[in-house]
Parts: sequence; C-alpha cells; structure tokens
Amino acid sequence: MPKLSIIQWASLAVFLLAIFIAVPGFIAASGRSDLYYTLTSVALLSIASAGVWLTFYIGRINIGQGAFALIGAYVSAILVTKAGMSFWLSLPLAGLFAAGVAIVIGVPILRLRGVYFAMISLVLTQVVTLTALALPITNGAKGITSIPLPGGVSILGLTLIPDFATLENPRLAFYYAACVLMVLTFAAMYRLVNSRLGHLCRSMQQNEELASSIGVNISHIRVIVFSISSFLGGIGGAVFGSIAQSVYPSSFQVADSVNFMLNCFLGGLGYVFGPMLGTLVLYFGWDLLFELGRFQLLAYSSLLIILMLFLPNGLLSLRLPGKKGADK
Amino acid sequence: MSHLLEVRHVTKKFGGLTANSDISFNVNENEILSVIGPNGAGKSTLFKMISSFLPTTTGEVLFRGERISNLKPHVVARKGVVRTFQETTIFKSMTVRESIIVAQHLRARASLAGYFWGTKTAHEDVDSFGQYADDLIEFLGMAEIANEQASNLPQGNLRALGIAIGLATDPKVLLLDEPFAGMNHDETMKMVNLVRKVRDDRGVTVLLVEHDMPAVMNISDRIVVLNFGEMIAEGTPTEIQNNEKVIEAYLGSADDEIGI
Repeated sequence: MPKLSIIQWASLAVFLLAIFIAVPGFIAASGRSDLYYTLTSVALLSIASAGVWLTFYIGRINIGQGAFALIGAYVSAILVTKAGMSFWLSLPLAGLFAAGVAIVIGVPILRLRGVYFAMISLVLTQVVTLTALALPITNGAKGITSIPLPGGVSILGLTLIPDFATLENPRLAFYYAACVLMVLTFAAMYRLVNSRLGHLCRSMQQNEELASSIGVNISHIRVIVFSISSFLGGIGGAVFGSIAQSVYPSSFQVADSVNFMLNCFLGGLGYVFGPMLGTLVLYFGWDLLFELGRFQLLAYSSLLIILMLFLPNGLLSLRLPGKKGADK
Repeated sequence: MSHLLEVRHVTKKFGGLTANSDISFNVNENEILSVIGPNGAGKSTLFKMISSFLPTTTGEVLFRGERISNLKPHVVARKGVVRTFQETTIFKSMTVRESIIVAQHLRARASLAGYFWGTKTAHEDVDSFGQYADDLIEFLGMAEIANEQASNLPQGNLRALGIAIGLATDPKVLLLDEPFAGMNHDETMKMVNLVRKVRDDRGVTVLLVEHDMPAVMNISDRIVVLNFGEMIAEGTPTEIQNNEKVIEAYLGSADDEIGI
C-alpha cells in the first residue's frame, strides 16, 4: 500500500478545490448554469466508466455497462416511487442489485475471453432494455416519470443532506452530489488497484494460466471484479434517473455502453484516472464539434481514430512522457 | 513406503487418439524425477494432467494419498503441487520482484477486503511478501534483475523467473516444463545447478519433463521414459542408459541424443 507523495497530495488538493470551489465560482460568475448539467453528467458517466475500466483491468472488454446503469436507474426509481424509499437509501441498493445481477450473469459469461466476451456484453444492454419494455413493474415503454427529487437526510436533528426539492438551485446540489460520489469512487479505485486485489487483477490480465498456477482462483476474482464494475454502473445510472426525474427503457442504450468503453480507451487503460479524463474529453469534444453540423459525427469519429492511432495508451500517457504507466 | 506423488493408471484420450496409456509411477520425497521421451511421446499431456490443467480420461494422480487430478489448477497449487511454464508464460509488464510478490498469493493471511482497508494483518502480509521476495531473489541470484520488467529479460533469465514464481508459492512439489529447452551447454549447467539447489536447500521435490538427454542424465535421481504414450521404462540414469527398449525407442538419431 503505497503512501502518496507530496506532489500527489498537492494535485489532489488542487483537483478538489477546482471541482468544489473554482467550477461553481466560475459558473456563478459567467452565468452559464447549463454547465452544471454537463459537468454533473460527466461526473456520473465517469463513475460508470470507472467500472468498465476495472473489467479491462482483468483483461475483459466490457461493452455492457449501459445494462447495469439502466438496472440501477430502474431499481432506484421503483424503490423511490413505489416503496416511498429515500433516494439516498435506494442508491446503494441500486448498486447492490446491479452487482447481484452481474454475479448471476458473470458466472457463465466471464469464462469467455477477448472478442467473445465483448460480443456477449454488447448484447446485455439490449436485453435489459427489452426486459424493461416487457415487465409490468418498469411500466413498459412509458417508463417511470415524475420521480421526486432526493429528500433530505438528517441525524439527530443535524441536516447532513438538505431536501433537494426545497433548494433554490437543485442543479448545484446534484453537481456536488455527483462530484462527491466521483471522488469517492476514484479514491476507492486507486486504493483497490494498489491493493492485493489490484495486483491479482494485473496478474490475470497478463496471464490467466500462470495466475491460476500460483493458486489464484481466477473465476472467483473475475466475478468479484465484474460485480464491483456493475455496482458502479448501477450507482451512476441511479443518480442519472434522479436528475432526469424519469427512467425509460431507452435511457441507456448500446451507444452509451460503447461510450463507457471509449471513455476508458481515451483516458488510458493503464491509468486509474483515465476514465475520468476520457469522459470529460469525450463529452465536451462532442459538444464542441456541434458547430460542424452534419459533419459533427464524421469529425468526431476521425479524431477518435487519430487519437487511438497515435496515443494507443490513452491521453494520460501524454502526461507522463518516458515514465512507465501502470501497464504496457 | 508411502510416496509423495503417485501417478496411477493415468490414461488420456483425445477423441480417437491416445496421448497417454495407463501410466503409473511414483515420486518420492526430495527426489528429482524426470519424464523423458521423443517428441509426441505424451510428456506434456502427462505434465498437464498432474497439475490438473487437463482432466484425465481414466486413472488418477495422488499427492500424499489425496487425489489431485481432475481438480482446478488453483486448488492443486493450494495443496502444494505447483507447475512452471515455458518462458513465454510470464507476467510481462511486472518486474521480477513484483511477480514474486504476486505469486505469494497462497501465503496471504488477510482477506482481499483486508488489503483494501489496510488492516494490521494486511500490513504484516505486505511486509512479509517483500521480505520473502528479497530472500528468494537472493537465493536465486537474481538481485541484478530484480527491478527489471519481465518483458525486457533474456530467455535464460525468464526460465529462472518462471522457477522463482513457482517457488514463491512455497510448493512441496515443483513441476518443471522443459527447463532446459533451447539452452546452450553453459546455460543448461547453470539451470541444472539451480534446480539441484532448489531441491537441496528448500526441500522441494522436483518432477521435470524434458528432452535434453545429457542434462536429464546429470540431474535426475530417477527417470521415467515415455514412447508413443506408453511408459516403456523407469529407473536410475544408469539403468535407463542400458535399457534396450529405451535405446530402441531412440534408435537412429538416438545414440548421441541419449549421450551414450
């Protein structure tokens, strides 16, 4: 368990100051409150992408995170609207439910490697969408609408989280909530990758046979990792549903699953913080190209191809010239 | 006398092809036993069945009287029977030291969650892994390459790394897959000495599969000879050298290959 260096502590402090103080300050000064929605989305998508990144870390290409985000969104929406549960309690439950589903699905499909696993995972999003259309509890194509905003949480009269419905600016509240969740996620990911589980994942990514020869129960670790990944997908999806106050079978589609994967590629598969940067760049990149009108998709795709050709290890490999990353 | 490892009537069929037919032999504690045979004799198949990387068709392998065939590889490793691979099977982007630390998985006392939260046991484990890795690196004389990434190592060092990874699990029996393949005389002698040292100093019983005859004659206490999937001889190096069936099996190209 490595201790953080002074530089790392300093960059962490700068990062936290930036997202919690500088960004809201800038938005207040410039009046561009639409940015809140964008940045909140980036934070939430990066949580789900972090999960995908973790499955890459055991050598599995996961194009199914949309499925778990959708599951998370529905579970939270159903618990809040039908059972009257507090959103903050439904959030971990949504994650756990997604993780449970991942265990059931993961046991058979995680034996597959390479393109075979990727293909199966690609189907998952469609399967969940179709299931949501068919089940009565998810209300079919009409989806679940008018989900109340998250309520307050207080312990012994001390308000920990205010009721979002009474707030003047719920967008700022969502932004803070998403940032807190993102920081927690990536802190946990950093810790995990540098702990024994992370070492075992790396050993499996590099050679599963050798890993099993030294006594690692590889199928066990694969399922653990896939369930953590899906837990994060479920959390991201649940908060998204709460912001939109609605969930539809089309809330997360195959394209979203592909984007989660692209975020990881773009940021760098060898870097824990890769998915965060990847999500930011990909999300804003798409918006910035809006001016190009009908050429938007063409320019976007070409840029992605060029980036992957010249920076196969992701954007973060730029930051550390000559220095070895966690991988490759 | 009870044997450490017993191979009992092991047969392996791939469809209509019989790769191993009714093989039986024993490995005694603290012995170096080699399985040799011409190409296609079924050595590798037998090796994989002993380490449970392949199921047997019939027959079983016992370790201290307990069946270890037809299990999962990690379960067999847990019991103390660990195999090595040929040089391409390594953790490419880990250094020698990192590989050895990861390979001590079986020595871990803390749970995975314990490592995540950094419990006291986990900290002790991490310290002990580092200590053990340093000891092992010293023992194997790999200090100079300890922090070298595996993908940058030359072939000879990769073999030693493979053995180091196997030894890091603290095995009772180490199964070596062609440890001398593709090595010149000097490298082979170094490896022979290393394998002996592993047996003598660490008390590890060694079973190896190999076709470098001089090295096998030099290193083995006993030898098992396979030909066309059948076991044709078993004995000390001298007995094997004088065994007519063995000479016949190797006839033609054989004489210099066996080293007699």
